[in-house]
Amino acid sequence: MHDRDAIVTGIGLISCLGEGVDAHWDALNAFSPKIDDTAFPGFPVHPMTALALDKHISKREQRQMEPWQRFGTYAAGAALEAAGVKGNAELLAQMHMIVAAGGGERDYATDEAILTGLPKAADPAAYLNEHLLSDLRPTLFLAQLSNLLAGNISLVHGVVGSSRTFMGEESSGTDAIRIACARIGAGQGDMFLVGGSYNAQRPDGPLQYEMGRALWKKPFAGVWARQEQGGGLILGSVGCFLTIESRAHAAARGATGLARIAAVATDRCGRRPGDATANACRQIAALGTSFAQASTAAISGASGVAAPTQEEQTFLRDLGLPVRAGATALGHSLEPSFIANIALAAIAISRGKLFAPLEPAEAPMDAPLKDVLVTSWGHWRGEALAHVTAA
Amino acid sequence: MQDTDRQGRPVIVVTGIGLVTSLGQGVEANWAALTAGKSGIARISRFSVANMKTAIAGTVDFVPVEEMSAPALSERLAELVVEEALGTANLGVGGAFPGPLFLALPPVELEWPQRRALAEASQAGDTLAYADLLRAAGANDNRAVYRRFLFASVGENLAARFGTRGSPIATSTACASGGTAIQLGVEAIRRGEAEAALVVGTDASVNPESLIRFSLLSALSTRNDDPTKASRPFSKDREGFIMAEGAGALVLESAAHAKARGATILGVVEGCGEAADGFHRTRSSPDGKPIVACMRNALADAGLVPEDIGYINAHGTSTPENDKMEWVGVQAVFGERASSIPISSNKSMIGHTLTAAGAIEAIFTVLSLNRGVLPPTINYDTPDPALPIDCVPNVARAAQVSHAISNSFGFGGQNVCVVIGAPT
Repeated sequence: MHDRDAIVTGIGLISCLGEGVDAHWDALNAFSPKIDDTAFPGFPVHPMTALALDKHISKREQRQMEPWQRFGTYAAGAALEAAGVKGNAELLAQMHMIVAAGGGERDYATDEAILTGLPKAADPAAYLNEHLLSDLRPTLFLAQLSNLLAGNISLVHGVVGSSRTFMGEESSGTDAIRIACARIGAGQGDMFLVGGSYNAQRPDGPLQYEMGRALWKKPFAGVWARQEQGGGLILGSVGCFLTIESRAHAAARGATGLARIAAVATDRCGRRPGDATANACRQIAALGTSFAQASTAAISGASGVAAPTQEEQTFLRDLGLPVRAGATALGHSLEPSFIANIALAAIAISRGKLFAPLEPAEAPMDAPLKDVLVTSWGHWRGEALAHVTAA
Repeated sequence: MQDTDRQGRPVIVVTGIGLVTSLGQGVEANWAALTAGKSGIARISRFSVANMKTAIAGTVDFVPVEEMSAPALSERLAELVVEEALGTANLGVGGAFPGPLFLALPPVELEWPQRRALAEASQAGDTLAYADLLRAAGANDNRAVYRRFLFASVGENLAARFGTRGSPIATSTACASGGTAIQLGVEAIRRGEAEAALVVGTDASVNPESLIRFSLLSALSTRNDDPTKASRPFSKDREGFIMAEGAGALVLESAAHAKARGATILGVVEGCGEAADGFHRTRSSPDGKPIVACMRNALADAGLVPEDIGYINAHGTSTPENDKMEWVGVQAVFGERASSIPISSNKSMIGHTLTAAGAIEAIFTVLSLNRGVLPPTINYDTPDPALPIDCVPNVARAAQVSHAISNSFGFGGQNVCVVIGAPT
């Protein structure tokens, strides 16, 4: 116990499984996949659950946002509410925010119209300029900029102590958590709002990962089961924010901790076979004897993409812990994927047990749960490990 | 120089710098042009400006890249400035930099040439839909395009090339990003995670859609006829900023580490401050509160008072709104002294380098103190009576300054202020 321990005091989580901690716990223990395979035929995604957006975002502000920002701003509001600080202007003015972000949605109809017209245009460059100028909504830019999810959270919820946005797919989320915990540990801040969101139901999401030959395009299968058929990721819509604060800060305001993030490490490598395992082994070694095998589980951030998923599978098998792949249930959400898995770990820790296996390759765990190791091996780059334990 | 500051934290020094802007490549070329009051703004030649309201920018056209795109040129500019900075610092050359990478990077998105190539490959009929692009995406090998347009790719490639330690962090706080990257580096060294950090801000996103997006927000100057006169911060007739490209790199190091290896200290990062604005997506709070807060936070972090500051490197974008609000903030922080502190805007010459601005302008601030010359604000022909400031009009000025601040304010309400001290 240390005053500067990093304690999770609020979780805002939305995904295809529903909204909130209880909904996720129930859905994970009676798992059935939630898939939309009609939006992009042949390219299944995990859709966002229906949201009553008005609960956390006024109608006026909703109109300024596209789904990516709405998911994130909504999840941030839910986290602040869960932590008991929503609307507490004095506290929010001191709160630091780190958002893991990609970019916002485009105007797809305009893109399609321009791409349709370009081949027939006498002067394609002039045509492009003319139509971008006349057809793009001026405010759409502000729904697209990576840092504007954070901007919206400042605007809607009044989190204005500071605001930083990290980019870089999975690594943006792992580094957001790492920096927040490191700053708390070093006294560079007392209370953080950390999170991100991803909208899988936008056409340029599957487009990017189809170019990378990274998608699973067959009927639903769990992350591990996919490996027998070449692997691949299924994108999932997720919004997840956590309030993380120093133990002393949480205690002073009478907040209840759900879990403690005891350690978090991030690294990169060029992904020659064995490179990622070497990083992960160093990260595990640094934890020493801080967890006991019998009461520890792993929540894996494996995306399903073959090479890193299979290497991680071997690494996890060698650890000998019960494993759950969060992406089987939520889909792979890139920026917030690690943050959402930390949330699942915190939920499990706060209940003292691991949720049921999501697919046959995952072993049940009946023993009381005291520690969770959360991994994130990015689908392309980045290896991270967090140790989540009782508050 | 002490190893620790008054709060017992490591003193953080700048031992390496690298620059590329529309004024040229390298610190010396940039400093010579900047102090001579030269403008890098020109009519855009990279792409057709037919139908554009704004046809000028501060592009970097002298650095070739294969497969041109914003991330490709941003990465190349970053490589150039990092190589220069490592050379100046004589640290981490040969692909083994002994610390983390903090990168201010513009958001990454598939661009029109790539989108058009997918459309053509799809062989769609009369109308084209995203479903056609999706079909084409997997039909051919587009993995190189996919990697290029991952947000992680620039940072990953730089980290691999220069051998920085740990996971590279790419940050965006819009036009404050460079300042945020510096702050992340300062904090990492203060935490004792490393003795050195590599900080880079880079931006090469002058392309048709980016230009039009800013244009649609009425943020850009339309003074197309006289490009070098278009950026006129603090002038009464300022009417928008000029999009520009460039990159800046800083090697940050603990003073103890720098002294132990006999490095030349170019300047000191004495403190950083930030504050977010919850007022509006593009406009500052009318009371300037977040701008005031970020400057005060930076001074407090540096253990200084307003009277210690002898120069302000302004955000100074040349938009009516920014320059007015920056003055409101400076007045609130510096009181009666506000009108007599030199405040100049590098953007009058290099334009607004957006994501890179905070890093580039912090480097110019280091040079201003190091060399005893304050760069001018050019095109200051029509003073704005509402902004009674000493903007170092038109001509550089010799001045010995001990402490300066560099301001960066971003869309989305993200404000950062960095305090730079002269090497002592």
